[in-house]
Amino acid sequence: MTMNRRDALKSVMVMMGGTMIGATAIMTGCTPENQIEGLDFDPDDIAFLDELGDTIIPETDTPGAKATGIGSFMVMMVKDTYDGDNQKEFVDGLNKLRKDFKSANGKDFVGAPAEERLAYLNKMNEEFKASGKDRSPKVINMLRDLTVLGYFSSEIGATQALNYVETPGKFDPCMPYNKGDKAYAI
Amino acid sequence: MANESYDAIVVGSGISGGWAAKELTEKGLKVLMLERGPDVKHIKDYKTATTPPWEVPHRGRDTQQQIADHPNLKRDYVLNELNLDWWAHEDESPYVEEKPFTWFRGYQVGGRSLLWGRQSYRWSDIDFEGNAKEGVAVDWPIRYKDIAPWYSYVEKFIGVSGSKDGLDVLPDGEFMPPMPMNCVEEDGAAKIKEHYKGARTWTIGRPANITEPLPGRPGCQYRSKCSLGCPFGGYFSTQASTLPAAEATGNLTLRPWSIVRRLIYDKDTKKATGVEVVDGQTNETIEYNAKIVFLCASAFNSTAILMRTATDVWPGGLGSSSGELGHNVMDHHFRLGARGSMEGYEDKYYFGRRPTGLYIPRFRNVHGDKRDYLRGFGYQGGASRSGWTRDVAELNFGAPMKDALTQPGPWGMGITAFGEILPYHENTIKFSDTVVDKWGMEALVMNAEIKDNEIKMRKDMMSDAAEMLEVAGFKDIQEYDAGYTFGQGIHEMGTARMGRDPKTSVLNGNNQVWEAKNVFVTDGACMTSASAVNPSLTYMALTARAAAFAVDELNKQNL
Repeated sequence: MTMNRRDALKSVMVMMGGTMIGATAIMTGCTPENQIEGLDFDPDDIAFLDELGDTIIPETDTPGAKATGIGSFMVMMVKDTYDGDNQKEFVDGLNKLRKDFKSANGKDFVGAPAEERLAYLNKMNEEFKASGKDRSPKVINMLRDLTVLGYFSSEIGATQALNYVETPGKFDPCMPYNKGDKAYAI
Repeated sequence: MANESYDAIVVGSGISGGWAAKELTEKGLKVLMLERGPDVKHIKDYKTATTPPWEVPHRGRDTQQQIADHPNLKRDYVLNELNLDWWAHEDESPYVEEKPFTWFRGYQVGGRSLLWGRQSYRWSDIDFEGNAKEGVAVDWPIRYKDIAPWYSYVEKFIGVSGSKDGLDVLPDGEFMPPMPMNCVEEDGAAKIKEHYKGARTWTIGRPANITEPLPGRPGCQYRSKCSLGCPFGGYFSTQASTLPAAEATGNLTLRPWSIVRRLIYDKDTKKATGVEVVDGQTNETIEYNAKIVFLCASAFNSTAILMRTATDVWPGGLGSSSGELGHNVMDHHFRLGARGSMEGYEDKYYFGRRPTGLYIPRFRNVHGDKRDYLRGFGYQGGASRSGWTRDVAELNFGAPMKDALTQPGPWGMGITAFGEILPYHENTIKFSDTVVDKWGMEALVMNAEIKDNEIKMRKDMMSDAAEMLEVAGFKDIQEYDAGYTFGQGIHEMGTARMGRDPKTSVLNGNNQVWEAKNVFVTDGACMTSASAVNPSLTYMALTARAAAFAVDELNKQNL
């Protein structure tokens, strides 16, 4: 059986006690555009991101982020729009989050009760807000940003959570607003 | 084989070229309109005009590939995955920045008329008289009274909405009903009027967005997606407005993929006999003949064509004997101002996306005000309620944050200043000795900068913004200066200026090249000063005026 370098590295990571997102990337380095070449996420990674997104924006009277395929969206955005430094920050941050959550809660994030996940992410966010200019841990802000962007610009987010009016046809400059009325999607 | 002959050739199909083609064809001339890039058909080619947010691949964010491919566009908001095809391919059409210069070019039928900000303001005699009164550069050869009827003429045809305010710095026009201000803007405007006793005015913008239908144009639907092309003809573009009019005459031939290298100049008759074109797809060189030529290729490209013309007579090209061809590059410097938030009004909202903001006309160095710099600036801005993109750091993740973001946030307002740049002789474009474009034509070298006058002005541009927002009742006011590189205003002007003397100007008061009276330059190249006011409406009026003059002269057999 041959083992390519990716599998080799993954097996090392498994031996070290976990899978590692973006394993191929570390071996191949950066493209000229300063992105990590061959950065990839497997279905487990996407499932993890789905749960993270759904913790940040859960189902209420409207669907949550997971229903919009937020994990796949985040992967696409990180691959296409992040530069190499931010890609590394994202991947390393996720790996650390996964590991630290397990250490703290004694179980994997995926499958943990919703309250435990929410409390953990809120704690990370408090840490981020308190870090001031350090903006650390950056990954929690990236997750929030991508989840909010992906959710509210999705068809579910725009048309169910928000009020999507493609062609208003008129402009009313000043109308009454009642608390609870939805904001416009665009 | 004899060259194809026309009565007139129009180089460029943007805001100015479209107007030249319409006017000349309607007066019975057989016109060839040459466009360097591909065709864009009205409505049919507006491929993303109705794309919903969830079908926008990266939801409007820039990819690393786009940033790598567009080193110029990436410098500002204009890099947009939905209309990237409408900006020049930077690898095919390079330019050289001897000093930092941002050049946003629209190389397709319609040019930047598809993409423009649509703000349509008249210049005033404060603008046209400024150079003469202050001893700057040379005097404009025209005054407001010369162009006023042409402003009316073009406004009626393109459709401009706005309110009549009776201001000398911003003359009223032939307006369709204005788009209204929202309640926060209206209350702010009232406070400004009271505080400054009428010396400063907040008025609604005057966009070339129509609030009443015009033939073939149902009008603005308040989608505010103008830069993707409007299926409703809601704003003025070549495609929506001037091109259909020109085509209806049966006198127009439009040839896309036609890059004009130079004019063919007859030194005996002192006239151009035609143009030399390189086909953008086949690289074939073709010549076309005409009695008159209108250069409307955008400021620097029109000048580049002159610089390649008649070099056997003048090494610097047609118009270079003035010493001013390629000089006096201008733009509007901006990207600074202030923003603030408004308490209250939580029970107020609006419906529809208004495709314009407010306008605050110039108030510096007019009506007795005197600063330590010349000229002045205006502002564009507006108030709105924040949406789901706002920061809600105080809220925890989960349902609290989600619920908050599904409702509108607080009111805020920002205003951005646009300042006049003086015409400096030493701000230039010239040809590169080494860099050529895909078609072997010399790339332009940009050497322009703002100077002391503009730098002093920028202090007021920022602090006056903050002061007015405070007067209008805003809180948490933040001044900002995002930095300006020359060209970013996308209002490039000058390099073939109008004047009263062939020794100091390239064009006369009718936009004729002094040394080739059948050649007219009516785009931004012709501008003698920059004003603080958006220039496109003035290009349209100058073009229509020059076209009427040209046909008159042709009929008198003077050309």
